Amino acid sequence: MTTRPTRSVTPILDVRGLRVSISGDEGRAQVLDNIDLSIAPGRIVGVVGESGCGKSTVIRAVLRVLPRGAEIESGTIRFDGEDLLGLGEGEMARRIRGKAIGFIPQDPYLALNPVFRVGTQLLEIMRWHAADGDGESARRARSARKRHRERLVELLRVVQVPDPDRALERYPHQFSGGQRQRLLIAGALACEPRLVIADEPTTALDVTTQLEILKLLRSLSREYDVSMLFVTHDFGVVAQLCDEVNVIYAGQSVEAGDTVDILEAPRHPYTRALLACHPDHSDDLTGIPGAVPSPLTPPPGCRFHPRCEHARADCRDGRPTRVQLGDGHSVECVLYSETGEETAIG
Amino acid sequence: MLLVRKFAKDVPAVFGFFVVVFAIFVALFAELLAPYPLDAYESHLLQRLQPPSWEFPFGTDNLGRDVFSRVILGTRSALIVACMVVALAMGIGVPLGLIAGYFGGWPSEAIMRVTDVFLAVPQLVLALALAQLLSPSLESAMLALTLTYWPFFTRIVYAETRRLKASLFVDALECIGARSARILVAHVLPNTASPIIVRATIGMGFTILTAAVLGFLGVGATPPEPDWGLSIAESRQYLPEAWWFSTFPGLAIFLAVLGFNLLGDGLRDIVDPRLRRSR
Repeated sequence: MTTRPTRSVTPILDVRGLRVSISGDEGRAQVLDNIDLSIAPGRIVGVVGESGCGKSTVIRAVLRVLPRGAEIESGTIRFDGEDLLGLGEGEMARRIRGKAIGFIPQDPYLALNPVFRVGTQLLEIMRWHAADGDGESARRARSARKRHRERLVELLRVVQVPDPDRALERYPHQFSGGQRQRLLIAGALACEPRLVIADEPTTALDVTTQLEILKLLRSLSREYDVSMLFVTHDFGVVAQLCDEVNVIYAGQSVEAGDTVDILEAPRHPYTRALLACHPDHSDDLTGIPGAVPSPLTPPPGCRFHPRCEHARADCRDGRPTRVQLGDGHSVECVLYSETGEETAIG
Repeated sequence: MLLVRKFAKDVPAVFGFFVVVFAIFVALFAELLAPYPLDAYESHLLQRLQPPSWEFPFGTDNLGRDVFSRVILGTRSALIVACMVVALAMGIGVPLGLIAGYFGGWPSEAIMRVTDVFLAVPQLVLALALAQLLSPSLESAMLALTLTYWPFFTRIVYAETRRLKASLFVDALECIGARSARILVAHVLPNTASPIIVRATIGMGFTILTAAVLGFLGVGATPPEPDWGLSIAESRQYLPEAWWFSTFPGLAIFLAVLGFNLLGDGLRDIVDPRLRRSR
């Protein structure tokens, strides 16, 4: 992390002022409020937060697979300079999802269709993305299938699935969780994406497997020159994998910056509290009192103030302004003045 | 292979399997197996109502026709009716269940409420009313059975689809750019195959029974078709003297329905071990 790409490079993914709401029977919930997120080419960016704070919604908004009733109210999502919100549904499915943006799902035990062979499923992704665009003849289809298979076998070798040729003929239940996650990673890379989005891909795995998968993702990102958007609730994972991190609380981005900066000097009380919950970063394990507020009834002002030990009267007055602390590190909390000096926490 | 071994341990299911295979065999080679294949339509009034003998193993009926031959010939029509009805009901019910389960919203509500209405009325009563409404014939009986059996398929496919729609692999497919139609046909449908097969097998037995009842009540097959239900209806006035006339078609119905139901239950035990044997 010594060389930092200059900020002027066109980001692979650039999310500005994203607001998403979900209307249901109980009313309208602001699940994402003014989210900014930028991923420079080749970088791995983590999005961290507790369950229910809107992490997955960020992914769903980028891929535009939001649940029923959800709506992108405002903001822009640019992928490699192109406005994704302006694309039609057909074009999203054909060019973006699974092709330009690879996707690694959450739970490898459940993310593969149990009734088909692994090879059938992975080749299917490649086939349908390759078939789009050029009208293919039967002969070309056959040669494409051969080419796809070769690429897939090569990818499986790279993600270290033993005996790739035979692995393609097996069914999902014949693999362990770690192996399945490797298969899914190969699937995400199959169509040569420029960005890979991962939705807590290691949460369902045990710790040793988790570490191997993280190492693999790191090396793949370098080798194939793909950027990565990595959603997790685990700061340990972020520390091992991500270049930059964006901390989200109750649908709002509270702190963002380089992983090293944030791990060494977390500014926002929520980031500090999250880190204090992690055994690697804290001696005395302290939880955060209370729970993430319901998006239907968010507290006024800073959404974290009811759980914050530094809360003051003016926390309720309105959303704190974003404070730039330099070097890309920014925080949203009344405790920091415009100079970036801490006024309350020692 | 494990499943085959598990199935082989299930004695009633294996029995059902052999009964079904036997029925299909009889239906395929009915003309060759029946000693008097022409007795389907010809009458021999001189030898009417003869008790079982070496010449006529199941006796003869009121028109002097060999009951044994007619039971064998009736197997074919019974199986054809059952296959057609189940296939057509699947053709209607499965796509509706997929659509209702996957897309939700008002089309789903509409489909499922219609299904509820059909399921609320006993199938036999509904089929009877429908068949009566159309002109009585084997075709209208089949149509009536089809139109009353599809909701059973819609129900199970709907439930399975709802479950699968919430599953992570469908979600993952959406995230990698699969269209709804592809997800439904290529991924959800194969996952619903086993409950559909189980329902279809049990439905075969059920349809044979209901078709026989329709034939018995005179809204199904018309004379002189060698239909089991019709034969029993014709035999009623000769009871109890000519007991063979009604007994053997009745046994045929009993055996066929039993076979399909035992097989269906056995299949269900394999497919879904959580469910215990029903009925």
